Amino acid sequence: MSWVYFSGILIMSGINLLTVLGLSLLTGFTGLFSFGHAGFMAIGAYISATMTMKMGIPFIPALMIGGFAAMLSGLLIGKLTLNLKGDYFCIATLGFGEAIRLILDNIKYFGGARGLPNIPPYTTLTNVVVINIVAIIVLVFIIKSRHGRNMVAIREEEMASQVIGIDVFKYKMMSLAISALYAGVAGGLLAHYLGYIQPIMFKMVKSTELTIIVIFGGLGSVSGSVIGALLLTFLPEVLRSFYEWRLVVYGAAVILIMITRPQGLMGGKEFSFKGISKIIKRFRNKNKDDGEVKS
Amino acid sequence: MTVFLQQIINGLSIGSVYALMAVGYSLVYSILNFSNFAHGGVIMIGAYIGYFSLTLLKVPFYIAFIISSLGTGFLAVAMEKAVYRPLRKRNAPFLYFIISAMGASIFLENIVIASPIGPTFRTYPPIFSTTPIMLGPIALGRIDLLMFVISAISLGSLVYIIEKTKIGLAIRATSYSIKGSTLMGVNVDKVIFIIFLLGGILAGIAGMLFGMKYTVYPQIGNITTKSFIAAVFGGLGSLPGAVFGSILLGIIETMTSGYLSSQYRDLIAFALLIFVLVVKPTGLMGKSTEDKA
Repeated sequence: MSWVYFSGILIMSGINLLTVLGLSLLTGFTGLFSFGHAGFMAIGAYISATMTMKMGIPFIPALMIGGFAAMLSGLLIGKLTLNLKGDYFCIATLGFGEAIRLILDNIKYFGGARGLPNIPPYTTLTNVVVINIVAIIVLVFIIKSRHGRNMVAIREEEMASQVIGIDVFKYKMMSLAISALYAGVAGGLLAHYLGYIQPIMFKMVKSTELTIIVIFGGLGSVSGSVIGALLLTFLPEVLRSFYEWRLVVYGAAVILIMITRPQGLMGGKEFSFKGISKIIKRFRNKNKDDGEVKS
Repeated sequence: MTVFLQQIINGLSIGSVYALMAVGYSLVYSILNFSNFAHGGVIMIGAYIGYFSLTLLKVPFYIAFIISSLGTGFLAVAMEKAVYRPLRKRNAPFLYFIISAMGASIFLENIVIASPIGPTFRTYPPIFSTTPIMLGPIALGRIDLLMFVISAISLGSLVYIIEKTKIGLAIRATSYSIKGSTLMGVNVDKVIFIIFLLGGILAGIAGMLFGMKYTVYPQIGNITTKSFIAAVFGGLGSLPGAVFGSILLGIIETMTSGYLSSQYRDLIAFALLIFVLVVKPTGLMGKSTEDKA
Protein backbone atom coordinates (compact mmCIF):
# COMPACT_ATOMS: atom_id res chain seq x y z
CA MET A 1 0.00 0.00 0.00
CA SER A 2 1.66 3.24 -1.09
CA TRP A 3 1.71 6.29 1.15
CA VAL A 4 -0.30 8.42 -1.28
CA TYR A 5 -3.12 5.88 -1.27
CA PHE A 6 -2.93 5.49 2.49
CA SER A 7 -2.97 9.23 3.18
CA GLY A 8 -5.86 9.54 0.72
CA ILE A 9 -7.93 7.14 2.82
CA LEU A 10 -6.87 9.01 5.95
CA ILE A 11 -8.05 12.31 4.46
CA MET A 12 -11.38 10.77 3.44
CA SER A 13 -11.90 9.32 6.90
CA GLY A 14 -10.97 12.69 8.41
CA ILE A 15 -13.60 14.41 6.26
CA ASN A 16 -16.20 11.81 7.21
CA LEU A 17 -15.17 12.14 10.83
CA LEU A 18 -15.74 15.89 10.85
CA THR A 19 -19.32 15.50 9.60
CA VAL A 20 -19.91 12.57 11.92
CA LEU A 21 -18.76 14.65 14.91
CA GLY A 22 -21.40 17.26 14.13
CA LEU A 23 -24.03 14.62 13.52
CA SER A 24 -23.05 12.93 16.76
CA LEU A 25 -23.91 16.12 18.63
CA LEU A 26 -27.26 16.32 16.85
CA THR A 27 -28.34 12.67 16.89
CA GLY A 28 -26.28 11.20 19.70
CA PHE A 29 -26.53 13.98 22.24
CA THR A 30 -29.68 15.92 21.34
CA GLY A 31 -31.74 13.05 19.94
CA LEU A 32 -32.65 14.67 16.62
CA PHE A 33 -32.47 12.62 13.46
CA SER A 34 -31.30 14.18 10.20
CA PHE A 35 -31.68 12.89 6.66
CA GLY A 36 -30.16 16.01 5.14
CA HIS A 37 -26.59 16.38 6.32
CA ALA A 38 -25.27 15.77 2.84
CA GLY A 39 -27.20 18.96 1.96
CA PHE A 40 -25.17 20.96 4.50
CA MET A 41 -22.00 19.38 3.12
CA ALA A 42 -23.06 20.40 -0.39
CA ILE A 43 -23.61 24.01 0.67
CA GLY A 44 -20.20 24.12 2.36
CA ALA A 45 -18.50 22.50 -0.62
CA TYR A 46 -20.03 24.75 -3.28
CA ILE A 47 -19.64 28.00 -1.33
CA SER A 48 -16.04 27.43 -0.30
CA ALA A 49 -15.06 26.18 -3.77
CA THR A 50 -16.55 29.31 -5.34
CA MET A 51 -14.70 31.44 -2.79
CA THR A 52 -11.27 29.99 -3.60
CA MET A 53 -11.80 29.57 -7.34
CA LYS A 54 -13.72 32.63 -8.40
CA MET A 55 -12.99 35.19 -5.68
CA GLY A 56 -9.42 34.32 -4.77
CA ILE A 57 -10.04 34.07 -1.05
CA PRO A 58 -7.46 31.99 0.89
CA PHE A 59 -8.35 28.42 1.86
CA ILE A 60 -9.09 28.62 5.58
CA PRO A 61 -11.35 31.73 5.43
CA ALA A 62 -13.12 30.13 2.46
CA LEU A 63 -13.73 27.00 4.53
CA MET A 64 -15.12 29.10 7.35
CA ILE A 65 -17.42 31.00 4.98
CA GLY A 66 -18.68 27.68 3.58
CA GLY A 67 -19.24 26.39 7.09
CA PHE A 68 -21.13 29.50 8.16
CA ALA A 69 -23.31 29.36 5.05
CA ALA A 70 -24.26 25.80 5.97
CA MET A 71 -24.89 26.93 9.53
CA LEU A 72 -27.19 29.73 8.37
CA SER A 73 -29.25 27.33 6.27
CA GLY A 74 -29.38 25.00 9.25
CA LEU A 75 -30.69 27.81 11.43
CA LEU A 76 -33.32 28.60 8.82
CA ILE A 77 -34.54 24.99 8.62
CA GLY A 78 -34.42 24.74 12.40
CA LYS A 79 -36.35 27.96 12.93
CA LEU A 80 -39.13 26.61 10.73
CA THR A 81 -39.39 23.04 11.99
CA LEU A 82 -37.68 22.48 15.33
CA ASN A 83 -40.70 23.48 17.37
CA LEU A 84 -42.71 20.64 15.80
CA LYS A 85 -43.04 17.33 17.55
CA GLY A 86 -41.81 13.93 16.50
CA ASP A 87 -41.07 13.02 12.93
CA TYR A 88 -41.52 16.39 11.35
CA PHE A 89 -37.98 17.70 11.80
CA CYS A 90 -36.60 14.55 10.25
CA ILE A 91 -39.02 14.82 7.31
CA ALA A 92 -38.02 18.44 6.83
CA THR A 93 -34.32 17.57 6.69
CA LEU A 94 -35.15 14.94 4.07
CA GLY A 95 -36.91 17.56 1.97
CA PHE A 96 -34.12 20.06 2.56
CA GLY A 97 -31.31 17.69 1.57
CA GLU A 98 -32.99 16.62 -1.65
CA ALA A 99 -34.11 20.16 -2.50
CA ILE A 100 -30.53 21.47 -2.16
CA ARG A 101 -29.30 18.79 -4.54
CA LEU A 102 -32.04 19.49 -7.07
CA ILE A 103 -31.48 23.26 -6.87
CA LEU A 104 -27.74 22.77 -7.48
CA ASP A 105 -28.64 20.58 -10.45
CA ASN A 106 -30.37 23.58 -12.00
CA ILE A 107 -27.92 26.42 -11.27
CA LYS A 108 -25.77 27.17 -14.31
CA TYR A 109 -23.27 29.22 -12.26
CA PHE A 110 -22.30 26.07 -10.31
CA GLY A 111 -22.10 23.93 -13.44
CA GLY A 112 -25.51 22.28 -13.05
CA ALA A 113 -25.60 18.50 -12.89
CA ARG A 114 -22.15 18.21 -14.46
CA GLY A 115 -20.62 19.84 -11.42
CA LEU A 116 -17.75 22.15 -10.67
CA PRO A 117 -14.31 21.02 -11.92
CA ASN A 118 -10.75 22.35 -11.36
CA ILE A 119 -11.01 23.20 -7.69
CA PRO A 120 -7.47 23.87 -6.35
CA PRO A 121 -6.29 20.90 -4.21
CA TYR A 122 -5.58 22.71 -0.95
CA THR A 123 -6.69 19.93 1.39
CA THR A 124 -3.73 18.07 2.88
CA LEU A 125 -3.48 15.48 5.59
CA THR A 126 -2.00 18.07 7.95
CA ASN A 127 -4.85 20.54 7.76
CA VAL A 128 -7.47 17.78 7.93
CA VAL A 129 -5.87 16.41 11.10
CA VAL A 130 -5.52 19.87 12.67
CA ILE A 131 -9.13 20.82 11.89
CA ASN A 132 -10.37 17.52 13.27
CA ILE A 133 -8.42 17.90 16.50
CA VAL A 134 -9.79 21.41 16.97
CA ALA A 135 -13.28 20.13 16.18
CA ILE A 136 -13.01 17.28 18.71
CA ILE A 137 -11.73 19.60 21.45
CA VAL A 138 -14.52 22.12 20.82
CA LEU A 139 -17.12 19.36 20.79
CA VAL A 140 -15.88 17.83 24.04
CA PHE A 141 -15.97 21.26 25.68
CA ILE A 142 -19.52 21.84 24.48
CA ILE A 143 -20.66 18.46 25.76
CA LYS A 144 -18.99 18.87 29.15
CA SER A 145 -20.51 22.34 29.57
CA ARG A 146 -23.94 23.23 30.89
CA HIS A 147 -25.17 23.52 27.30
CA GLY A 148 -24.15 19.95 26.52
CA ARG A 149 -25.86 18.63 29.62
CA ASN A 150 -29.02 20.49 28.65
CA MET A 151 -28.91 18.81 25.25
CA VAL A 152 -28.60 15.37 26.83
CA ALA A 153 -31.52 16.23 29.08
CA ILE A 154 -33.61 17.09 26.01
CA ARG A 155 -32.65 13.79 24.40
CA GLU A 156 -33.68 11.85 27.49
CA GLU A 157 -36.99 13.55 28.24
CA GLU A 158 -38.04 16.59 26.29
CA MET A 159 -41.08 17.53 28.31
CA ALA A 160 -39.36 17.11 31.67
CA SER A 161 -36.46 19.31 30.60
CA GLN A 162 -38.89 21.97 29.43
CA VAL A 163 -40.60 21.83 32.82
CA ILE A 164 -37.36 22.40 34.73
CA GLY A 165 -36.71 25.48 32.62
CA ILE A 166 -34.46 24.42 29.76
CA ASP A 167 -35.16 26.39 26.58
CA VAL A 168 -35.65 23.28 24.43
CA PHE A 169 -35.99 25.16 21.15
CA LYS A 170 -32.83 27.19 21.76
CA TYR A 171 -30.70 24.17 22.54
CA LYS A 172 -32.02 22.20 19.60
CA MET A 173 -31.17 25.17 17.38
CA MET A 174 -27.70 25.39 18.89
CA SER A 175 -27.07 21.71 18.31
CA LEU A 176 -28.31 21.88 14.73
CA ALA A 177 -26.26 25.01 13.97
CA ILE A 178 -23.02 23.49 15.26
CA SER A 179 -23.55 20.23 13.41
CA ALA A 180 -24.36 22.11 10.20
CA LEU A 181 -21.17 24.15 10.64
CA TYR A 182 -19.11 20.97 10.98
CA ALA A 183 -20.79 19.46 7.93
CA GLY A 184 -20.19 22.64 5.90
CA VAL A 185 -16.47 22.74 6.72
CA ALA A 186 -16.21 19.03 5.91
CA GLY A 187 -17.88 19.71 2.57
CA GLY A 188 -15.30 22.43 1.85
CA LEU A 189 -12.47 20.03 2.66
CA LEU A 190 -14.02 17.40 0.41
CA ALA A 191 -14.27 19.84 -2.50
CA HIS A 192 -10.62 20.89 -2.17
CA TYR A 193 -9.46 17.32 -1.83
CA LEU A 194 -11.29 15.75 -4.80
CA GLY A 195 -10.84 18.77 -7.09
CA TYR A 196 -14.38 18.53 -8.45
CA ILE A 197 -17.87 18.37 -6.99
CA GLN A 198 -21.18 17.23 -8.41
CA PRO A 199 -24.65 17.50 -6.89
CA ILE A 200 -25.06 13.71 -7.17
CA MET A 201 -22.28 13.24 -4.61
CA PHE A 202 -24.58 14.64 -1.94
CA LYS A 203 -27.51 12.28 -2.33
CA MET A 204 -29.58 10.99 0.54
CA VAL A 205 -27.49 7.80 0.66
CA LYS A 206 -24.56 9.95 1.81
CA SER A 207 -26.62 11.37 4.68
CA THR A 208 -27.79 7.96 5.79
CA GLU A 209 -24.27 6.56 5.61
CA LEU A 210 -23.08 9.31 7.95
CA THR A 211 -25.90 8.58 10.38
CA ILE A 212 -25.01 4.88 10.28
CA ILE A 213 -21.46 5.71 11.36
CA VAL A 214 -22.81 7.65 14.35
CA ILE A 215 -25.02 4.72 15.31
CA PHE A 216 -22.14 2.26 14.94
CA GLY A 217 -19.90 4.34 17.15
CA GLY A 218 -22.62 4.72 19.71
CA LEU A 219 -25.24 7.36 20.34
CA GLY A 220 -23.82 9.81 22.83
CA SER A 221 -20.12 9.02 22.58
CA VAL A 222 -17.51 11.24 20.90
CA SER A 223 -14.76 8.64 20.93
CA GLY A 224 -17.23 6.10 19.57
CA SER A 225 -17.90 8.40 16.62
CA VAL A 226 -14.16 8.80 16.01
CA ILE A 227 -13.58 5.05 16.04
CA GLY A 228 -16.71 4.46 13.94
CA ALA A 229 -15.69 7.00 11.28
CA LEU A 230 -12.14 5.65 10.96
CA LEU A 231 -13.25 2.02 10.96
CA LEU A 232 -16.11 2.40 8.50
CA THR A 233 -14.01 4.39 6.02
CA PHE A 234 -11.07 2.00 6.21
CA LEU A 235 -12.85 -1.35 6.14
CA PRO A 236 -14.55 -0.96 2.73
CA GLU A 237 -11.23 0.26 1.25
CA VAL A 238 -9.30 -2.71 2.61
CA LEU A 239 -11.96 -5.23 1.65
CA ARG A 240 -12.56 -4.09 -1.92
CA SER A 241 -14.45 -7.24 -2.95
CA PHE A 242 -16.80 -6.56 -0.09
CA TYR A 243 -17.63 -3.10 -1.45
CA GLU A 244 -20.95 -4.04 -3.06
CA TRP A 245 -22.18 -5.83 0.02
CA ARG A 246 -21.06 -3.03 2.31
CA LEU A 247 -24.42 -1.25 2.44
CA VAL A 248 -26.33 -4.54 2.81
CA VAL A 249 -24.27 -5.36 5.87
CA TYR A 250 -24.62 -1.79 7.19
CA GLY A 251 -28.40 -1.95 6.88
CA ALA A 252 -28.65 -5.30 8.63
CA ALA A 253 -26.15 -4.19 11.27
CA VAL A 254 -28.13 -1.03 12.04
CA ILE A 255 -31.25 -3.08 12.67
CA LEU A 256 -29.31 -5.55 14.81
CA ILE A 257 -27.72 -2.74 16.81
CA MET A 258 -31.11 -1.15 17.45
CA ILE A 259 -32.57 -4.46 18.61
CA THR A 260 -29.71 -5.77 20.69
CA ARG A 261 -27.39 -2.93 21.65
CA PRO A 262 -28.95 0.44 20.82
CA GLN A 263 -26.14 2.27 22.57
CA GLY A 264 -23.72 1.18 19.81
CA LEU A 265 -20.04 0.30 19.98
CA MET A 266 -19.06 2.57 22.85
CA GLY A 267 -22.52 2.99 24.30
CA GLY A 268 -22.39 6.45 25.84
CA LYS A 269 -18.99 5.73 27.37
CA GLU A 270 -15.87 7.62 26.41
CA PHE A 271 -12.47 6.22 25.62
CA SER A 272 -9.98 7.26 28.28
CA PHE A 273 -6.72 5.94 29.68
CA LYS A 274 -8.23 5.92 33.15
CA GLY A 275 -10.98 3.61 31.96
CA ILE A 276 -8.51 1.28 30.31
CA SER A 277 -6.32 1.04 33.38
CA LYS A 278 -9.47 0.29 35.38
CA ILE A 279 -10.35 -2.55 33.03
CA ILE A 280 -6.81 -3.94 33.20
CA LYS A 281 -6.87 -3.74 37.00
CA ARG A 282 -10.17 -5.55 37.16
CA PHE A 283 -8.80 -8.20 34.83
CA ARG A 284 -5.71 -8.64 36.98
CA ASN A 285 -7.73 -8.91 40.17
CA LYS A 286 -9.87 -11.51 38.55
CA ASN A 287 -6.81 -13.53 37.59
CA LYS A 288 -5.52 -13.23 41.13
CA ASP A 289 -8.85 -14.45 42.49
CA ASP A 290 -8.77 -17.39 40.11
CA GLY A 291 -5.26 -18.23 41.27
CA GLU A 292 -6.29 -18.11 44.92
CA VAL A 293 -9.20 -20.41 44.31
CA LYS A 294 -6.95 -22.91 42.60
CA SER A 295 -4.38 -22.90 45.36
CA MET B 1 -57.42 23.49 -22.81
CA THR B 2 -56.51 20.14 -24.37
CA VAL B 3 -53.12 20.23 -22.69
CA PHE B 4 -54.79 21.05 -19.42
CA LEU B 5 -57.25 18.15 -19.61
CA GLN B 6 -54.52 15.81 -20.78
CA GLN B 7 -52.33 16.74 -17.79
CA ILE B 8 -55.29 16.30 -15.41
CA ILE B 9 -55.76 12.76 -16.70
CA ASN B 10 -52.06 11.94 -16.47
CA GLY B 11 -52.00 13.45 -13.01
CA LEU B 12 -54.96 11.37 -11.87
CA SER B 13 -53.36 8.14 -13.02
CA ILE B 14 -49.95 8.78 -11.46
CA GLY B 15 -51.60 10.28 -8.38
CA SER B 16 -53.69 7.17 -7.84
CA VAL B 17 -50.53 5.03 -7.72
CA TYR B 18 -48.96 7.50 -5.29
CA ALA B 19 -52.10 7.05 -3.21
CA LEU B 20 -51.59 3.27 -3.05
CA MET B 21 -48.11 3.85 -1.70
CA ALA B 22 -49.00 6.77 0.56
CA VAL B 23 -51.71 4.87 2.45
CA GLY B 24 -48.99 2.36 3.42
CA TYR B 25 -47.05 5.14 5.14
CA SER B 26 -50.17 6.58 6.66
CA LEU B 27 -51.53 3.30 8.03
CA VAL B 28 -48.34 2.66 9.97
CA TYR B 29 -48.08 6.27 11.11
CA SER B 30 -51.65 6.35 12.35
CA ILE B 31 -50.92 3.59 14.86
CA LEU B 32 -47.20 3.52 15.59
CA ASN B 33 -46.53 7.24 15.07
CA PHE B 34 -43.36 6.90 13.05
CA SER B 35 -42.61 7.09 9.33
CA ASN B 36 -41.83 3.65 7.99
CA PHE B 37 -39.13 4.56 5.49
CA ALA B 38 -38.66 0.89 4.62
CA HIS B 39 -41.99 1.00 2.79
CA GLY B 40 -40.18 2.25 -0.33
CA GLY B 41 -38.04 -0.88 -0.28
CA VAL B 42 -41.14 -3.08 -0.04
CA ILE B 43 -42.62 -1.34 -3.09
CA MET B 44 -39.39 -1.93 -4.99
CA ILE B 45 -39.39 -5.65 -4.12
CA GLY B 46 -43.03 -5.76 -5.30
CA ALA B 47 -42.02 -4.35 -8.67
CA TYR B 48 -39.31 -7.02 -8.98
CA ILE B 49 -41.61 -9.88 -7.98
CA GLY B 50 -44.09 -8.72 -10.61
CA TYR B 51 -41.35 -8.46 -13.21
CA PHE B 52 -39.95 -11.93 -12.58
CA SER B 53 -43.32 -13.61 -12.41
CA LEU B 54 -44.13 -12.10 -15.80
CA THR B 55 -40.80 -12.93 -17.46
CA LEU B 56 -39.66 -16.16 -15.79
CA LEU B 57 -42.95 -17.78 -14.77
CA LYS B 58 -44.78 -16.28 -17.76
CA VAL B 59 -48.07 -16.03 -15.88
CA PRO B 60 -50.87 -13.72 -17.02
CA PHE B 61 -50.61 -10.26 -15.58
CA TYR B 62 -53.50 -10.52 -13.12
CA ILE B 63 -51.86 -13.57 -11.53
CA ALA B 64 -48.59 -11.61 -11.38
CA PHE B 65 -50.48 -8.95 -9.42
CA ILE B 66 -51.62 -11.57 -6.92
CA ILE B 67 -48.14 -13.12 -6.58
CA SER B 68 -46.46 -9.76 -6.11
CA SER B 69 -48.98 -8.45 -3.57
CA LEU B 70 -48.81 -11.68 -1.56
CA GLY B 71 -45.02 -11.53 -1.66
CA THR B 72 -44.83 -7.97 -0.42
CA GLY B 73 -47.56 -8.55 2.15
CA PHE B 74 -45.46 -11.38 3.54
CA LEU B 75 -42.31 -9.23 3.39
CA ALA B 76 -43.93 -6.33 5.24
CA VAL B 77 -45.23 -8.62 7.97
CA ALA B 78 -41.88 -10.36 8.30
CA MET B 79 -40.19 -6.98 8.60
CA GLU B 80 -42.58 -5.93 11.33
CA LYS B 81 -41.88 -9.17 13.23
CA ALA B 82 -38.10 -8.99 12.85
CA VAL B 83 -37.43 -5.27 13.09
CA TYR B 84 -40.18 -3.34 14.83
CA ARG B 85 -41.73 -5.87 17.22
CA PRO B 86 -38.60 -6.24 19.40
CA LEU B 87 -38.43 -2.45 19.66
CA ARG B 88 -42.10 -2.19 20.53
CA LYS B 89 -41.81 -4.83 23.23
CA ARG B 90 -39.04 -2.80 24.84
CA ASN B 91 -40.88 0.51 24.54
CA ALA B 92 -37.89 1.89 22.67
CA PRO B 93 -37.78 5.65 21.96
CA PHE B 94 -39.17 6.70 18.61
CA LEU B 95 -35.69 7.62 17.33
CA TYR B 96 -34.82 3.89 17.30
CA PHE B 97 -37.84 3.15 15.12
CA ILE B 98 -36.76 5.66 12.47
CA ILE B 99 -33.17 4.42 12.56
CA SER B 100 -34.31 0.80 12.16
CA ALA B 101 -36.65 1.76 9.33
CA MET B 102 -33.75 3.50 7.60
CA GLY B 103 -31.57 0.42 8.14
CA ALA B 104 -34.24 -1.83 6.67
CA SER B 105 -34.65 0.38 3.62
CA ILE B 106 -30.88 0.44 2.97
CA PHE B 107 -30.79 -3.32 3.44
CA LEU B 108 -33.60 -4.01 0.96
CA GLU B 109 -32.28 -1.63 -1.69
CA ASN B 110 -28.70 -2.84 -1.59
CA ILE B 111 -29.40 -6.54 -1.32
CA VAL B 112 -31.03 -6.23 -4.74
CA ILE B 113 -28.04 -4.27 -6.11
CA ALA B 114 -25.49 -6.72 -4.70
CA SER B 115 -27.42 -9.85 -5.68
CA PRO B 116 -27.28 -11.26 -9.25
CA ILE B 117 -30.30 -9.10 -10.13
CA GLY B 118 -27.98 -6.11 -10.10
CA PRO B 119 -28.57 -2.39 -10.56
CA THR B 120 -29.67 -2.60 -14.23
CA PHE B 121 -32.89 -1.03 -15.43
CA ARG B 122 -35.44 -3.62 -16.54
CA THR B 123 -38.53 -3.06 -18.63
CA TYR B 124 -41.71 -5.03 -18.17
CA PRO B 125 -42.79 -7.10 -21.17
CA PRO B 126 -45.56 -5.29 -23.09
CA ILE B 127 -48.93 -6.34 -21.73
CA PHE B 128 -51.12 -3.88 -23.53
CA SER B 129 -50.65 -2.18 -26.84
CA THR B 130 -49.17 1.26 -26.39
CA THR B 131 -51.65 2.92 -28.76
CA PRO B 132 -53.81 5.14 -26.57
CA ILE B 133 -57.58 5.28 -26.58
CA MET B 134 -58.54 8.62 -28.12
CA LEU B 135 -61.31 10.61 -26.50
CA GLY B 136 -61.53 13.41 -29.03
CA PRO B 137 -58.18 15.20 -28.82
CA ILE B 138 -57.26 13.65 -25.47
CA ALA B 139 -55.11 10.52 -25.42
CA LEU B 140 -55.92 7.98 -22.73
CA GLY B 141 -53.07 5.51 -22.28
CA ARG B 142 -54.20 1.94 -21.66
CA ILE B 143 -51.71 1.50 -18.82
CA ASP B 144 -52.80 4.81 -17.30
CA LEU B 145 -56.38 3.59 -17.37
CA LEU B 146 -55.36 0.30 -15.77
CA MET B 147 -53.40 2.16 -13.07
CA PHE B 148 -56.38 4.28 -12.22
CA VAL B 149 -58.89 1.42 -12.18
CA ILE B 150 -56.77 -0.98 -10.13
CA SER B 151 -55.81 1.75 -7.65
CA ALA B 152 -59.43 2.77 -7.25
CA ILE B 153 -60.53 -0.84 -6.64
CA SER B 154 -57.73 -1.46 -4.12
CA LEU B 155 -58.35 1.77 -2.25
CA GLY B 156 -62.08 1.05 -2.27
CA SER B 157 -61.52 -2.35 -0.67
CA LEU B 158 -59.21 -0.80 1.90
CA VAL B 159 -61.85 1.75 2.84
CA TYR B 160 -64.41 -1.05 3.09
CA ILE B 161 -62.15 -3.05 5.43
CA ILE B 162 -61.43 -0.07 7.63
CA GLU B 163 -64.95 1.34 7.79
CA LYS B 164 -67.19 -1.71 7.73
CA THR B 165 -65.43 -4.73 9.23
CA LYS B 166 -64.69 -5.63 12.83
CA ILE B 167 -60.93 -5.60 12.31
CA GLY B 168 -61.32 -2.15 10.77
CA LEU B 169 -63.04 -0.99 13.93
CA ALA B 170 -60.09 -2.34 15.91
CA ILE B 171 -57.69 -0.47 13.64
CA ARG B 172 -59.58 2.77 14.08
CA ALA B 173 -59.73 2.30 17.85
CA THR B 174 -56.02 1.56 18.09
CA SER B 175 -55.17 4.64 16.08
CA TYR B 176 -56.87 6.75 18.75
CA SER B 177 -55.10 5.14 21.66
CA ILE B 178 -53.03 1.97 21.86
CA LYS B 179 -53.37 1.74 25.64
CA GLY B 180 -57.10 2.37 25.65
CA SER B 181 -57.85 -0.23 23.02
CA THR B 182 -55.65 -2.80 24.76
CA LEU B 183 -57.74 -2.27 27.89
CA MET B 184 -60.89 -2.78 25.82
CA GLY B 185 -59.60 -6.17 24.72
CA VAL B 186 -58.20 -5.32 21.29
CA ASN B 187 -55.24 -7.48 20.36
CA VAL B 188 -52.87 -4.72 19.35
CA ASP B 189 -50.24 -7.11 17.98
CA LYS B 190 -52.85 -8.52 15.64
CA VAL B 191 -53.95 -5.04 14.57
CA ILE B 192 -50.37 -4.08 13.76
CA PHE B 193 -49.95 -7.34 11.86
CA ILE B 194 -53.03 -6.50 9.76
CA ILE B 195 -51.79 -2.95 9.19
CA PHE B 196 -48.49 -4.13 7.81
CA LEU B 197 -50.20 -6.84 5.77
CA LEU B 198 -52.59 -4.34 4.15
CA GLY B 199 -49.80 -1.82 3.54
CA GLY B 200 -47.63 -4.56 2.05
CA ILE B 201 -50.33 -5.86 -0.30
CA LEU B 202 -51.01 -2.35 -1.60
CA ALA B 203 -47.25 -1.79 -1.94
CA GLY B 204 -46.96 -4.85 -4.18
CA ILE B 205 -49.77 -3.68 -6.43
CA ALA B 206 -48.32 -0.18 -6.55
CA GLY B 207 -44.82 -1.45 -7.29
CA MET B 208 -46.06 -3.52 -10.19
CA LEU B 209 -48.12 -0.68 -11.65
CA PHE B 210 -45.12 1.59 -11.33
CA GLY B 211 -42.90 -0.94 -13.05
CA MET B 212 -45.38 -1.36 -15.90
CA LYS B 213 -45.59 2.36 -16.47
CA TYR B 214 -41.87 3.11 -16.16
CA THR B 215 -39.00 0.67 -15.50
CA VAL B 216 -37.79 -1.44 -12.59
CA TYR B 217 -34.53 -0.66 -10.81
CA PRO B 218 -33.31 -0.87 -7.21
CA GLN B 219 -33.63 2.85 -6.51
CA ILE B 220 -37.38 2.97 -7.16
CA GLY B 221 -37.53 3.44 -3.40
CA ASN B 222 -36.23 6.99 -3.90
CA ILE B 223 -39.18 7.81 -6.13
CA THR B 224 -41.54 6.46 -3.53
CA THR B 225 -40.22 9.26 -1.33
CA LYS B 226 -42.61 11.36 -3.35
CA SER B 227 -45.54 9.28 -2.23
CA PHE B 228 -44.29 9.89 1.28
CA ILE B 229 -44.38 13.61 0.54
CA ALA B 230 -47.95 13.13 -0.62
CA ALA B 231 -48.77 11.45 2.69
CA VAL B 232 -47.29 14.40 4.59
CA PHE B 233 -49.08 16.82 2.29
CA GLY B 234 -52.44 15.20 3.01
CA GLY B 235 -51.62 14.81 6.68
CA LEU B 236 -49.69 11.89 8.13
CA GLY B 237 -51.90 9.29 9.72
CA SER B 238 -55.02 10.23 7.78
CA LEU B 239 -56.12 7.89 5.00
CA PRO B 240 -58.40 10.29 3.10
CA GLY B 241 -55.61 12.85 3.49
CA ALA B 242 -53.09 10.46 1.95
CA VAL B 243 -55.34 9.76 -1.05
CA PHE B 244 -56.27 13.39 -1.56
CA GLY B 245 -52.67 14.57 -1.14
CA SER B 246 -51.43 11.97 -3.61
CA ILE B 247 -53.91 12.90 -6.32
CA LEU B 248 -53.11 16.58 -5.81
CA LEU B 249 -49.37 15.93 -5.92
CA GLY B 250 -49.78 13.85 -9.08
CA ILE B 251 -51.67 16.67 -10.79
CA ILE B 252 -49.19 19.32 -9.60
CA GLU B 253 -46.33 17.21 -10.96
CA THR B 254 -47.84 16.64 -14.37
CA MET B 255 -48.84 20.30 -14.60
CA THR B 256 -45.23 21.28 -13.85
CA SER B 257 -43.85 19.00 -16.54
CA GLY B 258 -46.60 20.06 -18.95
CA TYR B 259 -46.28 23.81 -18.56
CA LEU B 260 -42.78 24.44 -17.14
CA SER B 261 -40.20 21.73 -17.57
CA SER B 262 -39.91 18.16 -16.30
CA GLN B 263 -36.59 19.20 -14.75
CA TYR B 264 -38.42 21.16 -12.07
CA ARG B 265 -40.87 18.34 -11.28
CA ASP B 266 -38.97 16.85 -8.34
CA LEU B 267 -37.89 20.23 -7.11
CA ILE B 268 -41.52 21.38 -6.93
CA ALA B 269 -42.43 18.24 -4.98
CA PHE B 270 -39.74 18.83 -2.35
CA ALA B 271 -40.47 22.56 -2.19
CA LEU B 272 -44.11 21.65 -1.58
CA LEU B 273 -43.01 19.37 1.27
CA ILE B 274 -41.09 22.15 2.99
CA PHE B 275 -43.89 24.64 2.34
CA VAL B 276 -46.47 22.32 3.95
CA LEU B 277 -44.22 21.69 6.94
CA VAL B 278 -43.82 25.41 7.48
CA VAL B 279 -47.39 26.52 6.93
CA LYS B 280 -49.43 23.60 8.21
CA PRO B 281 -47.28 20.70 9.39
CA THR B 282 -50.25 18.47 10.12
CA GLY B 283 -51.10 18.59 6.43
CA LEU B 284 -54.50 19.05 4.86
CA MET B 285 -56.36 16.51 7.03
CA GLY B 286 -53.84 15.29 9.58
CA LYS B 287 -54.43 14.75 13.24
CA SER B 288 -52.65 17.01 15.65
CA THR B 289 -49.35 15.73 17.02
CA GLU B 290 -49.44 17.24 20.48
CA ASP B 291 -47.41 15.37 23.04
CA LYS B 292 -49.93 13.83 25.37
CA ALA B 293 -47.40 12.62 27.93
